[in-house]
Amino acid sequence: MAEYLIKNGFVFDPVLGIKGDKADIAIKDGKIVETTALSSPKVIDAAGKTVMAGGVDVHAHVAGPKVNVGRNFRPEDKLFGYKPRNGIERMQGGFSVPTTIRTGYNYARMGYTTVMEAAMPPLFARHTHEEMRDTPILDQGAYPVFGNNWFVLEYLKNHEIENTAAYVAWLLKATKGYAVKVVNPGGTEAWGWGLNCENVHDPVPYFDITPAQIVTGLIEANEYLGLPHSMHVHANNLGNPGNYTTTLDTFQLSEGIKPNSKFGRDQVMHHTHVQFHSYGGDNWGNMESKAKEIMDYVNSHDNITIDMGQVTLDETTTMTADGPFEHHLTELNHLKWANADVELETAAGVVPYVYSPGIKVCGIQWCIGLELALLAKDPMRVFITTDHPNAGPFIRYPRVMKWLMSQEAREQQLDAFKHKDKVIDATNVAGIDRELSLYEIAQMTRTGPAKSLGLSHMYGGLAPGLEADVAVYDFNPNEPYAPDDIEKAFLNAEHLFKTGVQVIRDHEIASNGNKRTLWVNAKVNENPQVMRDVKEKFLRYYTVTLNNYEVTGHYLPNPYVIEVDATQ
Amino acid sequence: METVTLTIKNQPDLYLEADNITPDAFAGKKAEEIAGLHVYVGREQHRLGDFFEVSGNAGATPEETKIVVNGDLSRVKYIGMKMAGGEVVVNGNADMYVGAWMQGGKLTVNGNVDAFAGTGMKGGELVINGNAGNYLGAAYRGDWRGMQGGKIVVKGNAGSDLGTFMNGGEIVVGGDVDVHVATHAEGGKIVIKGNAKSRLGGQMVEGEIYVLGDIDVMMPGFAYREDVDIEMDGIKGRFALYEGDLGERHRKRKGQPIYAKLYQQIGA
Repeated sequence: MAEYLIKNGFVFDPVLGIKGDKADIAIKDGKIVETTALSSPKVIDAAGKTVMAGGVDVHAHVAGPKVNVGRNFRPEDKLFGYKPRNGIERMQGGFSVPTTIRTGYNYARMGYTTVMEAAMPPLFARHTHEEMRDTPILDQGAYPVFGNNWFVLEYLKNHEIENTAAYVAWLLKATKGYAVKVVNPGGTEAWGWGLNCENVHDPVPYFDITPAQIVTGLIEANEYLGLPHSMHVHANNLGNPGNYTTTLDTFQLSEGIKPNSKFGRDQVMHHTHVQFHSYGGDNWGNMESKAKEIMDYVNSHDNITIDMGQVTLDETTTMTADGPFEHHLTELNHLKWANADVELETAAGVVPYVYSPGIKVCGIQWCIGLELALLAKDPMRVFITTDHPNAGPFIRYPRVMKWLMSQEAREQQLDAFKHKDKVIDATNVAGIDRELSLYEIAQMTRTGPAKSLGLSHMYGGLAPGLEADVAVYDFNPNEPYAPDDIEKAFLNAEHLFKTGVQVIRDHEIASNGNKRTLWVNAKVNENPQVMRDVKEKFLRYYTVTLNNYEVTGHYLPNPYVIEVDATQ
Repeated sequence: METVTLTIKNQPDLYLEADNITPDAFAGKKAEEIAGLHVYVGREQHRLGDFFEVSGNAGATPEETKIVVNGDLSRVKYIGMKMAGGEVVVNGNADMYVGAWMQGGKLTVNGNVDAFAGTGMKGGELVINGNAGNYLGAAYRGDWRGMQGGKIVVKGNAGSDLGTFMNGGEIVVGGDVDVHVATHAEGGKIVIKGNAKSRLGGQMVEGEIYVLGDIDVMMPGFAYREDVDIEMDGIKGRFALYEGDLGERHRKRKGQPIYAKLYQQIGA
């Protein structure tokens, strides 16, 4: 493979502790190496530019059935947005629910190289993998959802951690999944009865279990297995005024549990899109930010990581396995609604949504997301996301960076709100003058997410031995710049290397890369009871046989297996 | 006002996507430059001049530009799409999406148009002196934002799904219409001078429909309220007023729900 030397760039790398100093980055055989290891490298002149590791997205909805429902039922999302084929660059379309091809290219253009699909319904794992396979350039993995799964509910009712862990290991292998995802624990199952679980002690109908038992049990099973990532939760009561207490109750379920993982993570719970979970008040009229209360907890508990779920003020498509929430949303905005039940496993809903700067609540949501990041004491534990596409499309990440890095940019947006004064009264952001540095941005978009995923041995930094995922941006941090220059530069990487392959050259897509699919193979002791339960449930309830369930072979043409040994 | 005349000389093998035929795209250009604007046939890009004789230069601004298109245009789509000013006259039948997303100016078709004319229209005036196809003044597939403003006048008949998701503006049809009128509408006004078939105002939230002729089948979601006298825009007579769609949500004013209104003429 070709050797590259990226010379004289301003490097921001939390792994090496480089904060914008000039440094050379060497690439050989797909890895970062010492510069002395190169013999005849191709030299990339990065003088006056910013160099970072490839971005790592810990939470986005980019592949699978609900993303595709969004594509199918929103033809207007693609209207006038098509880009024809051009050389090796394939045809692209869509904005908030882009085609797989555009998903790969647009992440690459932002300098991102690893993206995790945040909610895979196990029954439709094959579809999810087909879409990931068709997404160029990016390394990807997918999180199967467990929080409303009948096996899990039945085992955890009696606190059977070993059986839960054996089932988790079996399902990760069957679906080629990466981590344990929990969406509205118990509430989505309750939605099958037209009900919901609105707090952590609200019992799940029929199953005689509470969301608290589900979350705690899955954390314990996750640590029993020692998986790379922690349990990844979207808590109950998303998107409702006053829900921050449910969020704090959920956080507390992690207390006293220590991480058991060889993969270098320190957390036992990742709570996603916390913006949607940090609301005070008791109705939409008096809804207010509780980001301070939330961040006081996060800052003082280092066994938790979170991501933002930043509202970007766009027209977008919401989609979640939180079925009751999507029904709630369509009742609010009267736009079209898709709803699906996934047999013994989960459910989902999809509704378009317009986050308008003219609506007070949207302004408050925008402030809350930014407050989470601006109040973070440890940027290694708070990550930039938009819960793509729920709070906004991922192509707005550079805009989120701009807002975080520039108080001027935040004030411009506050001034543009129709109900500016009411928004400021209900939030804290106007009083925060912190401006994040590029080093902190690298922590929130590279090193932190990689560590949280248990992938710091591969991604998130520029130390020799790591994967050669390197982005070069046309941005000189030592020259004066306007806030918009940040967004422009980070939306359009000048060069990007993925595993040592140059996928962007001079701002143009130069290669479709060698995309890999990451999955976790957790070995456990033989568990005849769980295997018997699996067989029985497939015979009695599932509409497919086991043979038509497992994800194999051609669904992952380029798999990357992470082995975990939990046999004892 | 400068006039540019386009006369079709070659028919496309498939269909011609000619969204550049607007005063906005032509403004400030000479005939040769206009001939060089792109059109699509399938996925292939061609020049406008490959299919049309172009004569005359455009004005400096869209408002000072008039376009006359002559010939059989039944395979030409998107004439006048998104136009914001100026004037277009089409002498012949045109294909789909005439005047779609139009924002201003005047577009006259001396012939028939196919489906989706005036889709998502925001302003301006669209006059069709022949018949219109389905989805006149409707929303694009999937969208909830149909016609928002402006006026569409059809001398002849219109097809089905007229004014779907209409939110504003006015549509006047001189002749008859097919099924589905103002489905999901939340505003705007539709006048049908001929007869209507069925499913008028299904899931309609707000807005007005006037029918001067017969209605084959009234929606069960519309309830008769009273007879009223109406005089407006050359229409005069006694009408039966129905309100609906009772199965939909309706906003309230002073505690009273606001319904969509359907008026049917019952006397002079």
